[in-house]
Amino acid sequence: MTWTADQPIVSIKKVHKSFGTLEVLKGVSLDVMKGEVICIIGPSGSGKSTLIRCINGLNDIQGGSITVEGQEVHTPDLDKLALRRKVGMVFQQYNLFPHKTALENVMMAPVKVLRQNKADVEARARALMKKVRLEGKEDSYPGELSGGQQQRVAIARSLAMNPDVMLFDEVTAALDPETVKEVLVTIKDLAAEGMTCILVTHEMGFAREVADHIYFTDRGVIVEHGPPATFFDEASDPRTQEFLGQIL
Amino acid sequence: MEDFFRELAADYPRWNFIWMYEDRQQGKVLAGLWMTIKLSVLCLIFSVVIGLVGAWMQGARSAVTRAIVQGYIQFFRNTPPLVQLLFFYFALGQFTPVVAGEDGWTVEPIISNVGWAVISLSFFAGAFNVEIFRAGIEAVPESTVEASESLGFNRLQTYLYVVLPLAFRVCLPALNNNLVNLVKTTTQAYAIAVPELLYHSVSIWNDYPSAQYPTMLMLFVTYILLVGILVFGMSRWERSMKILGYGT
Repeated sequence: MTWTADQPIVSIKKVHKSFGTLEVLKGVSLDVMKGEVICIIGPSGSGKSTLIRCINGLNDIQGGSITVEGQEVHTPDLDKLALRRKVGMVFQQYNLFPHKTALENVMMAPVKVLRQNKADVEARARALMKKVRLEGKEDSYPGELSGGQQQRVAIARSLAMNPDVMLFDEVTAALDPETVKEVLVTIKDLAAEGMTCILVTHEMGFAREVADHIYFTDRGVIVEHGPPATFFDEASDPRTQEFLGQIL
Repeated sequence: MEDFFRELAADYPRWNFIWMYEDRQQGKVLAGLWMTIKLSVLCLIFSVVIGLVGAWMQGARSAVTRAIVQGYIQFFRNTPPLVQLLFFYFALGQFTPVVAGEDGWTVEPIISNVGWAVISLSFFAGAFNVEIFRAGIEAVPESTVEASESLGFNRLQTYLYVVLPLAFRVCLPALNNNLVNLVKTTTQAYAIAVPELLYHSVSIWNDYPSAQYPTMLMLFVTYILLVGILVFGMSRWERSMKILGYGT
């Protein structure tokens, strides 16, 4: 079966995931269409991060299925490189390569993994650095950059692989309020360009503004979901109301 | 200069610096020094390669591979290097094929005593290097490895481009120590008649007992210089690789 753009680009069906005896995901299902921005919110330990880590195969699952562009992720004959070209991921702790400059961080995967021409990649990497508003920081090492700057390099690094879907795992959780904004602006730009984005976030204002669809998870299940307007103003489930009541 | 040492030997019979004024003895010292340098450099290179490969194999999925590496480390780390040298040369040396010598009459083993010394000492120091590199590898954050995997790097690429460069910086001080020990341990190759510096020195003071003290003095000074050069080079390298915000 070949994938076409009218089918979900990421399809998660009844996913179960346990760490030992601890069941973290208890039958989670959600679909993401191409160009959609979805935000997954919920209390810590509700399985949000685990869920998006399962999408690019960093975690395995015990039941259900996850497909990306029609390709099953959790199958022994998975072509990991093909999957990871399609799916970019940005982490809470940036996880840049500390021994490489910002520009080298962005260039490394296309050059080493895809074996693309170095000059072409460099031109693209410089354009990406500009896009994340870090012109002039190309030769800085991660240790010389602020958290917000590092996180934007990490976004550029992911984009260098030309992914179809971007996963953001609490990417502003380690930043101070001022730098949070610069990272969110970058993500907003991306979303505006039509990049499919799946975000785990605690930034409710941002979720409301950018997301097409919000999912609220608690204790391994999706409690409630909907477009931001209805979700934030007309949440029906008491658990959702309680959560939103505490943070809004 | 030569006259000074000749007179010194005449005035003080125990202080005969014979290799300062007699060409034949000087030739022995230089030949020994050259052999020591060759032996050290070869063993340094091979032991580091063994360390890198061993540390890579320690992370293998196959339990058999890991057990082999563990067995290797235990054997070479827990037995005296001198016994290893003797075992390699006398026991294993018996089973290696022989080739015709230069004169066409005699036969020579395909691996000479120098060859066995290089093999034995490299494996000896390599066992320590595996453990040293493993410590460095374990210091690389798991999240950095995940970032690399998410960008499509396979296990080998992650090891070569991300884990090793970072691990190396962490383990250089320990590696330094082990390599210093290795240079000094090359003197034990004397036991299987490898014509290195100690071998020639002993032969000099056997022929000229009056040269014993000066030759021992020369041994100390030479090793201090050799190790000094190594340590100087390694610490400069260590400084040049220092990254802001990473490791020490």
